[in-house]
Amino acid sequence: MLNIKIEGIPYQVEEGLTILEAAKACGYEIPSLCAFNHGECNQGSCRVCLVEATGARGLVASCVYPVAEGMEIRISSPAAVEARRRSVELLLSNHNKNCQQCDKNGNCELLHVAQLTGARDDAFAGAHSETFIDRLAPALVRDTSKCILCGRCVERCKNAHGLGILGFENRGFNVIVSPAENRSFANSPCIQCGQCVNVCPTGALMEHSEIDKIDAAFKAGKHVIAQAAPAVRAALGEEFGYPIGTPVTGKMAAAMRRLGFERVYDVNFGADLTIMEEGTELLHRLTEGGVLPMITSCSPGWINYAEYNYGDLLPHLSSCKSPHQMQGAIIKSYWAEQHGIDPKDIFVVSVMPCVAKKFEKEREQEKVNGIPDVDAVITTRELARMIKRSGILFPRLPDEDWDADIMGDYSGAGVIFGVTGGVMEAALRTVYFKLTGKEHDPIELTAVRGHEAGIREASIDINGTTVNVAIASGMKSAKVLLDEIREGKSKYQFIEIMGCPGGCINGGGQPYVRPALLPNEPDDILDTYKEKRAQALYSEDERQVVRQSHNNPQIIELYEKYLGEPNSHKAHELLHTSYAARVGFND
Amino acid sequence: MGGLQAAAVAQIKEICGRYKDEKTPLMMILSDIQNEYGYIPLEVQEIVSQETGISVAEIYGVVTFYSFFSLTPKGKYVIGCCLGTACYVKGAQQVIDKFSEILKIKPGQTSEDGMFTLDALRCIGACGIAPAVTINGTVYPKMTVGQVPGIIKHYLDAEKEGATA
Repeated sequence: MLNIKIEGIPYQVEEGLTILEAAKACGYEIPSLCAFNHGECNQGSCRVCLVEATGARGLVASCVYPVAEGMEIRISSPAAVEARRRSVELLLSNHNKNCQQCDKNGNCELLHVAQLTGARDDAFAGAHSETFIDRLAPALVRDTSKCILCGRCVERCKNAHGLGILGFENRGFNVIVSPAENRSFANSPCIQCGQCVNVCPTGALMEHSEIDKIDAAFKAGKHVIAQAAPAVRAALGEEFGYPIGTPVTGKMAAAMRRLGFERVYDVNFGADLTIMEEGTELLHRLTEGGVLPMITSCSPGWINYAEYNYGDLLPHLSSCKSPHQMQGAIIKSYWAEQHGIDPKDIFVVSVMPCVAKKFEKEREQEKVNGIPDVDAVITTRELARMIKRSGILFPRLPDEDWDADIMGDYSGAGVIFGVTGGVMEAALRTVYFKLTGKEHDPIELTAVRGHEAGIREASIDINGTTVNVAIASGMKSAKVLLDEIREGKSKYQFIEIMGCPGGCINGGGQPYVRPALLPNEPDDILDTYKEKRAQALYSEDERQVVRQSHNNPQIIELYEKYLGEPNSHKAHELLHTSYAARVGFND
Repeated sequence: MGGLQAAAVAQIKEICGRYKDEKTPLMMILSDIQNEYGYIPLEVQEIVSQETGISVAEIYGVVTFYSFFSLTPKGKYVIGCCLGTACYVKGAQQVIDKFSEILKIKPGQTSEDGMFTLDALRCIGACGIAPAVTINGTVYPKMTVGQVPGIIKHYLDAEKEGATA
């Protein structure tokens, strides 16, 4: 332990901390901006966290300067207070301050430190660097006029995926953060996962909002049907002040109903459908000598990665569409027929924890007879925006059920799709039953569970046959498993891959986790939020009566009345897709 | 990457291989490519990325940071005009403007015949002889605007002689 003083008061702190971390441990939150997540990004570039420290020459950036024995730190000295304000004013002097039109407003860390430090408007009038705006990609928008060059997005892309799509380019006043050649995300091997959006402190990186499309569909008198993914319920509450990890399923259904959607459905039904199709596909591959290991195909970020980097391994991917695409296809076929509505008059909105789904729904392979399965995808954050603009007081909503006609039932297996390992567990519950004729006991297969990036593996004994499975989230982890397959060394039969580290609970469309803006969350929230959100999903699984996809009565009915059996010709037409290798830097 | 010929790809890979055991090989690789291949376009950066595991964006960042590296082919003669503080106050701007005017290219560009590239350099450490110009390593001290046409003519004449010889 080290003895230090902050504002003249003695404290003992651990060795090896930065001044910023040590001060936090002692109860001081030094205004800071570019530093993020225990040094995941620590360039010390913004100079907002300047303090006085004995033994240092001049003021130091507390996010990178280590504490030392006997150090005396002054956060509130006039020189430090003035310097922090000046740092923010300098950032603001080259910032596009149209805050009222910025979708990060309310979550903007630059605005937060501007308020904390008392930064004055136009304290430094001067030139602005040239602005580049990339709105080409369906999932992401990049606006350099909002960028403070902190480098968080650069680091996150490398840490999560080993990709490094974004980098600093040019020099001096012309520096921008962008894909190589200042390309669009659409013309570079970006997987459009949105992890960069989650860490961007300002509006420089945002999801490509589709709220306008929904407004237009309502105006045009379409039958607007909404469906929400499992992981959304685990995080939407955060937008309305609930502690992280509070499931808000009932209030979410109630809120969506009040937004005017003709039906509000749970994509869990689609998840159950996915398991029926994917489980059957796996059984065929196992028993009839198909390409193994088979890899899940629910995550569009992962699909993008595979198409850009592992074109030779595409036959390993399940041909199943992702759950919301499947459900969209059923809404525009079976549901439409049952209600006597022309599919062209139906507008399907998916509420997703994901931005890559915005890209996925545009794929040619995700259309049936030229009609897209899904018309608009909005993120958890965009749903919250719609709820707020409509004056709905979320906490006061009653808990309501999803609509129940045709696709209202869902199993606990569908719920856990939202966390890494969930699709695997749901599939194994059904595959085990199909092969043995009885349910796995216990229902839970905890060996495949987790909530972080990295690789987990398990072996499941099914009627004396051992099935080896592996789970990876984040492309950095996935790459290890994929290279094994490429080298012919993979020992697995079934692999689940999710694009975002931790799975959909940590998707690029989820509410921002910004410790400085979450005063009621514990200090370690960046270490625990994924686990808390995962727990929200596992608890909903446990509350369900039906826990396996094959026992969902409406799924059984859908096959009896419409699809025939899993992997039937009809099912293939509606519920399966195809992939093609793509060139990353294309023009 | 379809644009690159197999020989070029092999050359880039060979250059990357020279620095396999270096901890931070990027600058050395890029320097060699610039010297031997003449420029470092994106297709080449992609190969360097594959060979080193460094992201294309990071390589692109390094290439665009240092004025020594070039994304487009450079001319046979690279005219570097120093615009550092000392050279600037001694009239370097007028000198580079004159080169620009005669060659009909802006700083950073290459003449259509591929003969000259005009580069604006930050301080090259030759303040004592400001304003300084370098052409393929030859230093021209205390440049004046009046000397510019003669220097260009010198290189054009040398070319003609080379062609007839």
